[in-house]
Amino acid sequence: MNQLSLEERLRLHGVSRRGFLKFCAATASLMALSPAMIPRIAAALENAKRPSVIWLSFQECTGCTESITRSHSPSLESLIFDAISLDYHHTLQVASGDAAEHAREQAMKDNWGKYILVVDGSIPLGNKGFSTIAGISNVDMLIETAKGAAAIVAVGSCAAFGGLPKANPNPTGAVSIDMIIKDKPIINVPGCPPIPVVMTGVLAHFLTFGTLPELDHLKRPKAFYGQNIHDRCYRRPFYERGQFAETFDDEGAKKGWCLFKLGCKGPTTYNACATTKWNGGVSFPIESGHGCLGCSEPNFWDAGSFYAPLSTPIGHVAQNAGYALAAGALAGAAIGFANKQKSSQAIEKHEEITVNDLIKGETK
Amino acid sequence: MQPLEKTGNILPLLHEIRHALEDLLATGQTMVIDLQAMPFAPSELVELKEILGVGEVSAELHALGKSTIQETAFSGAWWIVHFNIDEKMISQTIEICHIPAILMAQHADIQMGLQQLSSTLGGVSL
Repeated sequence: MNQLSLEERLRLHGVSRRGFLKFCAATASLMALSPAMIPRIAAALENAKRPSVIWLSFQECTGCTESITRSHSPSLESLIFDAISLDYHHTLQVASGDAAEHAREQAMKDNWGKYILVVDGSIPLGNKGFSTIAGISNVDMLIETAKGAAAIVAVGSCAAFGGLPKANPNPTGAVSIDMIIKDKPIINVPGCPPIPVVMTGVLAHFLTFGTLPELDHLKRPKAFYGQNIHDRCYRRPFYERGQFAETFDDEGAKKGWCLFKLGCKGPTTYNACATTKWNGGVSFPIESGHGCLGCSEPNFWDAGSFYAPLSTPIGHVAQNAGYALAAGALAGAAIGFANKQKSSQAIEKHEEITVNDLIKGETK
Repeated sequence: MQPLEKTGNILPLLHEIRHALEDLLATGQTMVIDLQAMPFAPSELVELKEILGVGEVSAELHALGKSTIQETAFSGAWWIVHFNIDEKMISQTIEICHIPAILMAQHADIQMGLQQLSSTLGGVSL
């Protein structure tokens, strides 16, 4: 079954060639590719084999898995999901304990150098015992499983940037995947959680072309993170005209004016929410009347109040430096210089916002 | 509640369609516009659909869920929406072409249909 191409598998499910072409059209839209690419996608998928995927969940809330599996089924996402061989995912798989770990080891052995490793959750370095699976610490399991991977997809802001576990004072010493693994291609798919189709879009790209998509400076696929929410927001014209909602129930809010003053982080957030949207394309936070939290950006959890405008100065000296250095030492890298630079930038800015400032900001 | 204001994206999109129709006439060049790649205010897609209107041809495809293929009032410009089996929209495009490729009978499907027909006829004494 694993040797069948995607088209052959769809055909076994009674899907016609026309249905397959429809699937390709939706996949092009999903991957934010030009519709002109549809024939190329069709040609690639005709012969695409089912890649092995090992999914490791570390210090996380399972929101990313919820996001990808709670999509309306059967959907394009589920078809893409069906098009991979998910050989290990300890939340979803039936096997447990030794049997589950053997499944991971077997998948690694059978597909050495070819499997995709998907990781959600950050890695605690404070104490290996903070998070373990079958008695194996997260960091050991990551290093071991990464060795035979063709590429690593860091799903969610925890895996990509450390996420909420890394929030000050970072009690577990959480770090992101790329702080530990330095010798493999890493694709960051941040978001808290990421949009389901963005996760499957990355897998679809690999499935279709056998290569990684083009990435930005934060290792995010440009197709989905190439433009910021603000530039694609339908409320942008209000921003240009200086028409802002001042509270969540004033006239401006009712007229759908810009949410910048209510803390919308759209102008500094790169994600596909404004166009791809959520819940099967129904809406996205701003369309529902709430500003963007900036959940696909590094350190959004420590970037001041969600309800303070972006113009409010912040500037944290990261208390995570020790753990970052520990991760750097694991990978033979050092970030001392970067942190020094960060400290001096913070000194140039205003003093840190206190809890009282945040409360004042929210009740204004 | 007052209606939300517009992004202003409809007018340039209509010009894009006009240019594409000119190209189709002059060179036969086809084009697809992905409507999900553009920001629209909630009411704007409805407005765009009203402006483009309904043309002479309307088709429904049932493969991996429903798809609607509607020629707009401007011949050669087609509004195509693909849904999944749960009737959730998965793609919405405007295609500029003589006939959308998705409507064409596919070689593999014809072949399979032919086999089935032959097998059916094989069991019938003429």
